[in-house]
Amino acid sequence: MSGMSLHKKFEENTGLLIFGILFVSSIGGLVQILPILNQKSLETPAANTRVYDAVELTGRDIYIREGCHVCHSQQIRPLIAEIERYGPYSRAGEFVYDRPFLWGSKRTGPDLHRVGGKFSDQWHRLHLINPRDVIEKSIMPAYPWLADRDASQAGNITGKLKALRILGHPYTDKDIESADARLVGLKEIDALIIYLQMLGTGFSEEES
Amino acid sequence: MTDEVQGIYHDKLVIRLIQFSVVWAVVAMTVGVYLAAELIWPTIDFGQFWLSFGRLRPLHTNGIIFGFGVSALMATGFYSVQRTSHVSLFAPRLAWFCCYAWQLIVFLGGLSLLAGWTSTKEYAELEWPFDIAITIVWVCFGIVFFGTIATRKIKPIYISNWFYGALIIVISMLHIVNNLAIPVSIGKSYSFYAGAQDAVVQWWYGHNAVGFLLTGGFLGMMYYFLPKIAGRPIWSYRLSIVAFWAFTYSYIWAGPHHLHFSAIPEWVQSLAMGMSLILLAPSWASMINGIMTVSTAWEKLRTDPALKFIVLSLAFYGLATFEGPMMAIRSVNIVSHFTDWTIGHVHSGALGWNAMVTYGTFYFMVPRLVGAPLYSVKMADLHFWMALAGTMLYVVSMWAAGVSQGLLWLSVDEFGELSFSFTDIMASMAPYYGLRLVAGLIFLTGTVLMALNLFMTMKGRQAVEVKVTPVDPAYGVA
Repeated sequence: MSGMSLHKKFEENTGLLIFGILFVSSIGGLVQILPILNQKSLETPAANTRVYDAVELTGRDIYIREGCHVCHSQQIRPLIAEIERYGPYSRAGEFVYDRPFLWGSKRTGPDLHRVGGKFSDQWHRLHLINPRDVIEKSIMPAYPWLADRDASQAGNITGKLKALRILGHPYTDKDIESADARLVGLKEIDALIIYLQMLGTGFSEEES
Repeated sequence: MTDEVQGIYHDKLVIRLIQFSVVWAVVAMTVGVYLAAELIWPTIDFGQFWLSFGRLRPLHTNGIIFGFGVSALMATGFYSVQRTSHVSLFAPRLAWFCCYAWQLIVFLGGLSLLAGWTSTKEYAELEWPFDIAITIVWVCFGIVFFGTIATRKIKPIYISNWFYGALIIVISMLHIVNNLAIPVSIGKSYSFYAGAQDAVVQWWYGHNAVGFLLTGGFLGMMYYFLPKIAGRPIWSYRLSIVAFWAFTYSYIWAGPHHLHFSAIPEWVQSLAMGMSLILLAPSWASMINGIMTVSTAWEKLRTDPALKFIVLSLAFYGLATFEGPMMAIRSVNIVSHFTDWTIGHVHSGALGWNAMVTYGTFYFMVPRLVGAPLYSVKMADLHFWMALAGTMLYVVSMWAAGVSQGLLWLSVDEFGELSFSFTDIMASMAPYYGLRLVAGLIFLTGTVLMALNLFMTMKGRQAVEVKVTPVDPAYGVA
């Protein structure tokens, strides 16, 4: 049993055991993750996909802060019923400016990847302040505080755009300089609605 | 820290970690029950942002995994590594640092989640300051653990230590890679990865956090404590070796099955599905090894609540590790993905396997640690049946809910039109959600009984000083 005697070495040597675990557990990651991180098509924006502007990004970060992704996915699968219910299935190119990705893992509420333009701003406002005012049976929490807080207080928008520029998002100096001014007068709920209304609009049927 | 006498096992630390673990179990399960209630009565957050479902749910999952789970793994890991190495803990002060620093991370991290600090990545929600702190504590955990193994007095490294070792090594690798981000402020950062790439990295982490922490780490617990409690050696040492390496190799590939039919390349999805099916073999190898170990000691099941819990936990482990690969099959995943079936699957693992194997282990350890019999065996028996009933009801109600959701969402009539609106399907879940709330309450009540039982056992008692047992010279380190 030479296999067993080889194994005896791992069994009796702490360093070898650590090395063995590290080596064996890395293989799968290296084979799967490295090609994905180097696949250019996953980093190429779809035709109508652009970076989030200062207001949309603020809205997106409010969506994250409130944990909307816990109950809503943003990932439409290429299945007839899903396309019927939510719209064209999601393409990788639509997510290239999503840090982090918000595909979600649970649909307690419906998918939101193409919710943009489906409801009016006023509907969203009523729905966010008290969901049961517009959908009687809804079990979504109410978010009344969003209407009271100023969007400019939701985070350092200039710093955010600068950080994303380091990561390769094409923001111009003008985008960054004007960011603060764009949030003036907006409540958090306004920024969130503007984000929701642009969701899924980064794709055109023609390109596919 | 007075137990730093040479030749005595450092068990005060173990007791403290058990106490923290039980406290987190009660806290995080209470949060879980509250969340279950919010899905029935959505207004019970009373307009308070910190009670809102989206902020509370990550507190529940992180509290269970990192508060209850990791504290239990540190407690049982430190207990067993000393005994299997025939030496007292390496760098005990550092071990105490791990214990308290970890509790501080869980506590402050929990508050930060309520404040809305989140990276959104499941089981890695804590923001960058916590990620750095976790890395530091985890490295210290590794130094203590591997230091103890390196200074052992017996030649072979026992199998349980490999699983604990893999937990420490693989989780550090996953944690560091997945959490790479550029900080913007103390509570906000942007991921190094975007979109589809971010998704693949996250589920490589997310799936293997389940794999190496909730599966592997707790298998370490099983491999040490089950033979101890049953009073039998492990059935097949060779099988445990094969299972360990096969598990460590194949688990890591399975992550992208969380992203079936998404915008990631199809070859990654298919590969992950194939590897998920293969994973069934090493998963069940450990279950079979455990069950066969007890096979000549069944009569102990009648009297020992600790053994009952662990044997039952293996049954749920077998169920969950069978269900997982099934759900990873693309055609099954069409139905199960995004539904409560996933929630049911997670809980058959978390309640049935993780919690029960830990409960059994705690019922075994605590009386020995303080040198007194368990306060009430009857209470522990009652806890056993409540844990079983709670888990079964939870899993069954979520299966029913999940399969209904999956099929109703996909249902189209003869004209290709959707048969049901999303709202109607969601509203029809109320009875299942009600059953789930009852299930959670039963399980939580059982856990509170255990907390009382262990508290009464420990009350007014000190850790017994256990001398390091000498090694048979035939197996000793030269």
